[in-house]
Amino acid sequence: MTSAPHIAVIGGGSTGTGIARDLAMRGLDVTLVEQGNLTHGTTGRMHGLLHSGGRYAVSDQASAEECIEENRVLRDIASHCVEMTGGLFVKRPEDSEEYFQKKLSGCEACGIPAEVISGEEARKMEPHLATDIDKAISVPDGAVDPFRLVVANAASAQEHGARIETHSKVTDLLVEDGEVVGVEVEHDSGTGERVHGRTGGTEEIRTDYVVNATGAWAGRIGDMAGLDIEVRPSKGVMTIMNVRQVDTVINRCKPKGDADIIVPHETTAILGTTDEEVDDPEDYPEKQWEVDMMIDTLKELVPMLDEARTIRSFWGVRPLYEPPDVGSDDPTDITRDYFLLDHEERDSLGGMVSIVGGKFTTYRMMGEEISDHVCGKFGIDADCRTADVPLPGSEDFTVLRDYMDEFGLQSPIGRRSVERLGSRAEEVLQTDGPNPVVCGCEGVTRAEIQDAIEGSGSDLNAVRLRTRASMGNCQGGFCCHRMANELHTEYDESTTRAAWDELLQERWKGQRHALWGEQLSQAMLNYALQATTQNRDNDPAEDDSIDFAAFDSGPEDVEVVSDASVAADGGYDGN
Amino acid sequence: MSRWCRTRASPPTEGTMAIESEVLVIGGGLGGLTSALAAARAGADVRLVSYKQSTLRNASGLVDILGYTPDGDGPLTDPYAAIPALPAAHPYSTVGVSTVRDAMALFDDVVPDYRGSHTDTNALVPTHGGTLKPTARYPAGASAGLASDERDVLLVGLESMVDFDADRAAEHLEAAGVPFDVRGVTTSFPGDLRADAKITRYAKLLDTDGEVSVKGRKRPVRAALAERVGRGLAGEQRVGFPAILGDDNATEIREELGDRLGADVFEVPMGPPSLPGLRLEDALFDALRRAGASIETGNPVAEFDGDDRIEQVYIEKNGAKIPNSADQYVLATGGLVGKGVESDRGGVYEPVFDCHVPHAEDRYDWFDTDVFGDHEFARFGVQTDDDLRPTQADGSAEFENLRAAGAVLGGYDFAAEKSGSGVSIATGYAAGRSAAQEAQ
Repeated sequence: MTSAPHIAVIGGGSTGTGIARDLAMRGLDVTLVEQGNLTHGTTGRMHGLLHSGGRYAVSDQASAEECIEENRVLRDIASHCVEMTGGLFVKRPEDSEEYFQKKLSGCEACGIPAEVISGEEARKMEPHLATDIDKAISVPDGAVDPFRLVVANAASAQEHGARIETHSKVTDLLVEDGEVVGVEVEHDSGTGERVHGRTGGTEEIRTDYVVNATGAWAGRIGDMAGLDIEVRPSKGVMTIMNVRQVDTVINRCKPKGDADIIVPHETTAILGTTDEEVDDPEDYPEKQWEVDMMIDTLKELVPMLDEARTIRSFWGVRPLYEPPDVGSDDPTDITRDYFLLDHEERDSLGGMVSIVGGKFTTYRMMGEEISDHVCGKFGIDADCRTADVPLPGSEDFTVLRDYMDEFGLQSPIGRRSVERLGSRAEEVLQTDGPNPVVCGCEGVTRAEIQDAIEGSGSDLNAVRLRTRASMGNCQGGFCCHRMANELHTEYDESTTRAAWDELLQERWKGQRHALWGEQLSQAMLNYALQATTQNRDNDPAEDDSIDFAAFDSGPEDVEVVSDASVAADGGYDGN
Repeated sequence: MSRWCRTRASPPTEGTMAIESEVLVIGGGLGGLTSALAAARAGADVRLVSYKQSTLRNASGLVDILGYTPDGDGPLTDPYAAIPALPAAHPYSTVGVSTVRDAMALFDDVVPDYRGSHTDTNALVPTHGGTLKPTARYPAGASAGLASDERDVLLVGLESMVDFDADRAAEHLEAAGVPFDVRGVTTSFPGDLRADAKITRYAKLLDTDGEVSVKGRKRPVRAALAERVGRGLAGEQRVGFPAILGDDNATEIREELGDRLGADVFEVPMGPPSLPGLRLEDALFDALRRAGASIETGNPVAEFDGDDRIEQVYIEKNGAKIPNSADQYVLATGGLVGKGVESDRGGVYEPVFDCHVPHAEDRYDWFDTDVFGDHEFARFGVQTDDDLRPTQADGSAEFENLRAAGAVLGGYDFAAEKSGSGVSIATGYAAGRSAAQEAQ
């Protein structure tokens, strides 16, 4: 072959970007297309758990072994995305002792470091644990930021020559002579980074091979070529608390069940989850009882959750898959394993492979297997290096602490910035002008926002995902307009306004599920700041024209009042 | 869940004599302050107690009456003309349009540094987001910024101030079709305030006209700022700054900058912490002190005695419970933001006297899916009889001597209507006056 084969990867989640990075590092020519932002699908809607494998140590030991292996790899290559919080499987008095022992021996069998600690020791680690927790198994669970990880994978893929197109929806698979030869893509705003208001267009991307890494959406891509890919999407709710009630991942040591995990994530803690099959990965009910169940069940482990403040809830859809002949009724029985579907073997349609099922923690391993498969198709003999080469931002994590004082940032903000940026901190934070804080809740400065804008265009939701700006307690009440300000003058006013409104709407979406107590008060304050103070809800720039002459043009019009007002000015000033 | 304030955590301090007044106002925001002023002016002996920081620090300082109808029609030119058509449950319907006028006259009388009283017509004021907002009264400092004034405008932004981008705001105003040319320039504030300096730091520096170092030379900050901005001026007759121009000496600063620039200077209202809001709060507290009211801030009403009638309330102070008794009471504790209305997963309640707050049982009916949709929560609050007395679900008064004023009232969406200040002033006035009459 004269030039490297051109591979289209569909899907900008962890799997898709992981595959794109791997293939690009092996020298293939890669184009990744994603219908929304990076992490738009399932990856952006997970609890952020870096599995130790403990959760699968009884029910699915093969998955558990993969988890602990990849857990170690990610700590190494993605250190700036991972916080090693540690995890506990806690046992309440009514929970089965037999299962506790099975969990322990399962962990040991799978090579997961596990240690039994007493209830008292567990409460020493996590003072808010319920007083009647008997004991716990400690495991190396962690928290991982999926946004940062995916952005880093995409950046690495780009460094190796890949083309990444977000907001580019695949509208058709190009099939010629029984083979997939490319994809037809509808760009929301032209190619490259997203810009509001820029006219999009259709593009035919001709490729030598297509990888369908769209997870819960895999069936839709399959339909375009008449393929039947039986993904069984299953939804789960996650409820975000405004502070970290725990600093360790808390799992309930019980066989499968709803509402059995609390993951500390950045400034928050995330409660999860449920497991319920849905027909459509984009359209499913989000119900009050699901949120209530998270709080009412998990307060058995951490009682203070009952009165604590939640800032929003969101739902994710697992891309579960099982071979058609298994036929599980309950989605919790469906395996968490992943499957590589070679459509040539399976459906006699060449040129495409789909990857379905699987877990976030093992995304890199899935990428490796798919990349081996693709290379195999083209007879390319190139080693996978994704487990050894650190991701951008994690190259030299040891120097991070030195950065903290360097950028004139107040210490907590400096720490947060540097933790997010990893080894890119210097490059991003070194600016000429002043570097004020834009998002106070998450400690995000102008330099970090500007860096994100450079990477993702006028899309403020993408800026949010890269930086966490507007994701804290106030949910954007104080900073959405500031983020819009940062888009100017690179982008004109109407582009900025469109991005701003889109961000406001997105921020509202998850908050609706947390509207009581403190967060309802916050929501009313945000509404007042945006509607009352800024009149964002009745912007005259978007309305019919105003008859300005019909409104008050000032007291100077009235001669008598004008004089009086000067006197009143002077009179009041001394007070 | 501990939501009933009628339960006593500890017994009231024994043998303590109650602090007495004819009218006791609970709450120190716009509604409470107006209500105390109205009662004092009607001759009553008034006491005002407030707990939390008033929400005025979050407010722009603009005093709106009605900018849009509940159906979203607007911006309205004449707010008074639209009041008679409001729904019966709206607080303006309860007090009536002539009371709104009387209340605004009281406001105009006690707060001299405001403009807009020369006309019934709303003004359109530029906001820091770049939109225009209809309002009935505006601080004198915002007066030169009105959008119906046809003189050209230069907006000035500060490099380190993330809340206001002058150039974007200028383009936004042009998109709204304002009848003048408007440009934005961004400059750095003279001196070496750090990037995250608080608004009050800028204000203090301007208040004292402190010296700053510019190119190694010490200069008074006002002159240095005017010189910097003057370089960007191209014949505009009006210059707008973000609302940082002083706290104590705002007029003087504005006039000096104006003289130096040869243009009228105005402030663009900003979000929290809002200097215009804080200045308004100060003016009202000053007026209330001058009116002879007793004022206690920083301590909450923890509980009360009484059944059909409130006998006394207990103010919690350093762990002790101090009885305060009055003939008439005004509840002006604010809405969801001020915590005069609270909620939990089970429902919505008024935490001081547990007055009935109507709300849908299913909390998923409290909001609309659109960020600026028709939100039921925005209308949460107590409902009242014609005399502003909070009523139970059956329509009878909760207590014969309790009236409510301001955002604790339900039945209106102040954010959508731009009616928050006006409702607080009008109902505060009506409740205070009525309480004073009944107390005497």
